[in-house]
Amino acid sequence: MTSASRRARLLALGFGGGVATWLVVLNFGALGAVVWRAEGFSALRSADLAAVRFTLVQALWSAALSVALAIPIARALARRQFRGRALLITLMGAPFILPTLVAVLGLLAVFGRSGLINQGLEALGLARFNIFGLHGVVLAHVFYNLPLATRILLQGWAAIPAERFRLAATLGFGPRESFRQLEWPMIRELAPGAFLVIFLICLTSFSVALTMGGGPRATTVELAIFQAFRFDYDMGRAAALALVQFALCASAGVIAWRVALPAAMGGGMDRPVQRFDAGGTGLRLWDGALIVAGALFLLVPLGMLVARGAPHMAGLPPEVWHAAGRSLTVALGATAITLGMTLALAHAVLALGGGRGAMLEWLGLAALAASPLVIGTGLFLLIRPLANPRDFALAITMLVNAGMALPFALRLILPGLRAELATHGRLSDALGLHGLARLRIVTLPRLRRPLGFAAGLTAALSMGDLGVIMLFAEREGATLPMQLYRLMNAYRQDDAAGAALVLLGASLALFVVFDRWGRGRAGT
Amino acid sequence: MLELDGLEIRQDDFTLRADWSLAPGTLCAIIGPSGAGKSTLLGALAGFVPLSAGRVLWEGRDITGAMPSARPVSILFQDNNLFPHLSASENVALGLRPSLRLSASERAQVEAALARVGLTGFGARRPAQLSGGQQGRVALARVLLQGKPLILLDEPFAALGPALRAEMLALVAGICRETGATLLMVSHDVSDARVIAGQTVLVADGIAHPPQATEALFNAPPEALRAYLG
Repeated sequence: MTSASRRARLLALGFGGGVATWLVVLNFGALGAVVWRAEGFSALRSADLAAVRFTLVQALWSAALSVALAIPIARALARRQFRGRALLITLMGAPFILPTLVAVLGLLAVFGRSGLINQGLEALGLARFNIFGLHGVVLAHVFYNLPLATRILLQGWAAIPAERFRLAATLGFGPRESFRQLEWPMIRELAPGAFLVIFLICLTSFSVALTMGGGPRATTVELAIFQAFRFDYDMGRAAALALVQFALCASAGVIAWRVALPAAMGGGMDRPVQRFDAGGTGLRLWDGALIVAGALFLLVPLGMLVARGAPHMAGLPPEVWHAAGRSLTVALGATAITLGMTLALAHAVLALGGGRGAMLEWLGLAALAASPLVIGTGLFLLIRPLANPRDFALAITMLVNAGMALPFALRLILPGLRAELATHGRLSDALGLHGLARLRIVTLPRLRRPLGFAAGLTAALSMGDLGVIMLFAEREGATLPMQLYRLMNAYRQDDAAGAALVLLGASLALFVVFDRWGRGRAGT
Repeated sequence: MLELDGLEIRQDDFTLRADWSLAPGTLCAIIGPSGAGKSTLLGALAGFVPLSAGRVLWEGRDITGAMPSARPVSILFQDNNLFPHLSASENVALGLRPSLRLSASERAQVEAALARVGLTGFGARRPAQLSGGQQGRVALARVLLQGKPLILLDEPFAALGPALRAEMLALVAGICRETGATLLMVSHDVSDARVIAGQTVLVADGIAHPPQATEALFNAPPEALRAYLG
């Protein structure tokens, strides 16, 4: 090995090692701090065991329903061409950057106590139904993850070669045979991965359970940690619950590692598959109904929220705007940290290569199964001997958000960097492009597109996150999602709707600005 | 003078040996069957492929362990010789300053190099806005500006048509004559070797044979070359 590559390697390993150490501290050290500071576990109450059960049950239902509903919808989208199809598919990517509380408020406008459906039931003289509880949590999770599952499966349909459908046509396959021979094998390959991703996401559900759950009967472990820490200040219980949550996530993570997790970000979905077996009128109507129902399920709640919140945006109390400013700072800080960590980690993964590189990559992706509340609690306890943790609420939120976004950013940036090294790595070495000059002149411009997309995702995720900040909640220093939560709790529904629109607008704007930056002057 | 002193490259079950030297200012072709190790040999000289034994010397100085950019070497690869997101001028300027922070006189040098390869006024264009031949010229302008005494070409013009390729090779030969640089170029086309290279190295059966006068070599080809030429 030449000294050039040796030096670059050392540099990459140095920075990457730093990030890896930080990730280990974040993922495992925080848990250790919780256990250490707890000075012994308190026995879990029956309520805590109920929380474990509820966590698993709601995650199973959410994942199963999302995937089961996504299969017919993705199938309909895959074989139909209509105006607005591309727009609808783009919109299905939006829940990624949609703040949870915004979705919750939208869903409440339709399914809530005085929502559309209950109003309809009342008009018909029927009894109202209560959305809060298991079905509310599952509903919100499906709202979030049905589009994700649909996009994953839609990619699967797009990946079936067109020739196979032509072959099927010459063999006289009907819809049933096509499904069995062409579509079902693809679904069987992709659906378990989609199921696991959604299961993992729902396992660490906090804000949905906080807002849609119904008291002790519908509490997730993540929410129970928060309650033990915040309301009872029972560190022993918080530690025991944190260990339970860690075990849950770790086992799901191990399973997920063995099943290839699908990516939902890629392209190739804008073209419907030409089909010869789906011309029947009945099928057309069926597909049309599915597509309309799916679109309504996504669009009506958001439309209701916009209609309700828009008139109240101008009259929002000043705290909302201050909170928005703080959230913007957190989001931009988290974005900078995520991109820095991702670049360092990606360089180190490629410098190590082989099995050890894969281990490092896995460490970066492990945060997918990490619990933000456990990490937040741990950091709180680590800081407490040194300073007042509440002074660092925003900084900790920023760091935890950055850690949460890292898996997505790494997924987006690593392949680009790998390709860039393969095509121009030697040229850069031959020209003596090293260190910062290489970053500035080659790496950043060449990776502009995935960097912009990753930055947009991170900023939007962080902007809308209601998680760790709740551990440190103070009157002052709230982020926008937290301020929104307060408004909701105070039953100031109009202000809440207005603030939700501000939050939605800010998240979307952050995503669009970064993503546009990435697409502009794309290095061809 | 370039000296390969007991050079040996091992990659899994592939071995390549070379033990010869090349007089300064020589234009030398490297021919041989695909997979014989022509590109590997250039990669080793440029510092990308580690040696398992032996040394590489330039004018008596051992450069075996030097980093690619610290070697007296400019190399052009088969493709990806330009950064697609940088303009032609910027691509050329990288040969002078990897930081791209140029003084006024250095900018003038870049302009002059572009003019020398016949691309006056093309500096602002991106590679995608240039034809294949023009892209080759930009890369050559950078080689010119690097001013390194040893130029390695790993078939950078293979994708061009015969006439264009001959034109580019003539440009390379002209640059070498002006600067006194030594040239080692991989070639698949025997006529390319005959036109510009006075010497030819045959790579076959795990050995890079010492350079020989090109005409003499082709007029009386040894067994390995006969097998390659068919």
